Amino acid sequence: MEKFGFAISEGRQIDWDSNDRSIADYIREREPSYMACIACGGCSATCTAGNFTSFSLRELNILLHRGENNRPRKEIKKCMLCGKCSLVCPRGVNTRNVVFLARQAFQKIDSHAV
Amino acid sequence: MEKHIVVIGGGVAGMEAAGQLAEAGFNVSLVEKENRTGGHINDWYKLFPDRRDSSEVKKYLENRVSSKSIRIITNSSVEKIHPNRNNISLFTQDGSELSADAVIVATGFDLFRSERKEEYGYGIYDNVLTSADLEAMFRKGSISMLNGKLPKTIGIVHCVGSRDEKVGNFYCSKLCCVTAVKQAIEIREHLPESKVFCFYMDMRMGGAHYEELYREAQESYGVNFIRGKVSEVSESINNKLVIKAEDTLAGRPMKIELDMLVLMAGMEMSENGGKMASASGLLTGENRFFATTDPHYASNISNIKGIFYAGTCTSPMNITDTISHARSAVFEVIKYLNKPKN
Repeated sequence: MEKFGFAISEGRQIDWDSNDRSIADYIREREPSYMACIACGGCSATCTAGNFTSFSLRELNILLHRGENNRPRKEIKKCMLCGKCSLVCPRGVNTRNVVFLARQAFQKIDSHAV
Repeated sequence: MEKHIVVIGGGVAGMEAAGQLAEAGFNVSLVEKENRTGGHINDWYKLFPDRRDSSEVKKYLENRVSSKSIRIITNSSVEKIHPNRNNISLFTQDGSELSADAVIVATGFDLFRSERKEEYGYGIYDNVLTSADLEAMFRKGSISMLNGKLPKTIGIVHCVGSRDEKVGNFYCSKLCCVTAVKQAIEIREHLPESKVFCFYMDMRMGGAHYEELYREAQESYGVNFIRGKVSEVSESINNKLVIKAEDTLAGRPMKIELDMLVLMAGMEMSENGGKMASASGLLTGENRFFATTDPHYASNISNIKGIFYAGTCTSPMNITDTISHARSAVFEVIKYLNKPKN
């Protein structure tokens, strides 16, 4: 049969009510400075990984806060933990620890799921 | 006998307070550390948001302190204030002593020293300026690079020394955003061929007519606004400034080569004010400015009886607010002196 190319698009809405923000909670409880981000992008501007890959800590921060975890789950692995971002951050976010905790949280949650 | 009030600091707040006190019938001594009154207004060419010549406001203030009952003492800075039983003693750097019935502290602010933000290259690279340096260029009537050529691309960095825990300043200086917009417009007027890029974290256009000026900068002057904090500046092999920021709204790191970079230096508690505070036991806040006894309803009142605050020694403020604050300080002095002493 002829295919007409119809498809169902996935919703683009951030569904606050059904999203899972447990990763963000996990980070927040252990690294309160995580909440101080004002999304200035200083970290991503100076980021070595971000200059060559799609890695952006600013973006991952906001996605985790919203419970949009799929992208961060993959992206967070690109960080090389060099810590340049923490030298730049005007809010004093311990960015390296945030990345470390995010990885830890994903690992824990994902291993429980198995 | 007429009461004698000492006003410390001959900037906008001090001059307005002195004028208002003289009008109310007091004898006033206005102590200024420089060789002339005016304070920071002397270094500014045009004022936001209406871009009128600062000399007009200066003229108003000079007229204000021309009263015979005001004695202006220049080249003098108060190092310590000491309250006695019946009056207040003030000690200056040259060893002399003044006596007052009440004191208004109007020691103002210092501009953030931009060389402290080393990654922006002030004092390292040619053609990295501060907002104050640019005002001096405007006054001269020419904006040029160190080699004498006209800059074609100019960047403006917001929040230099403000909202930055790396330099110990958590607060917003409030006036740098609108200064950036004003200076961006002025650059475009001076150099119609140029392109101007403002790097901001948030546009804080809270004052009257600030937002309108912002819109004018976009619509009539084509100023580019890029939402991202500049993380570092370097110099390329052809002597251009290489700016790195994230274009956060595009979601990608950005690099741009510019001829000139202007740093919007924030406001800090003045060094002299800070020294005087610790020598006199006047309390300062977490932001190092003088701490008032209540931020809502006692913003002129210090922790020492008879000592009052006016203007930017308490927090960043524009000229309008500074003048209002100075007037209310005078009202507090009058209330204080009318109160029967016990």
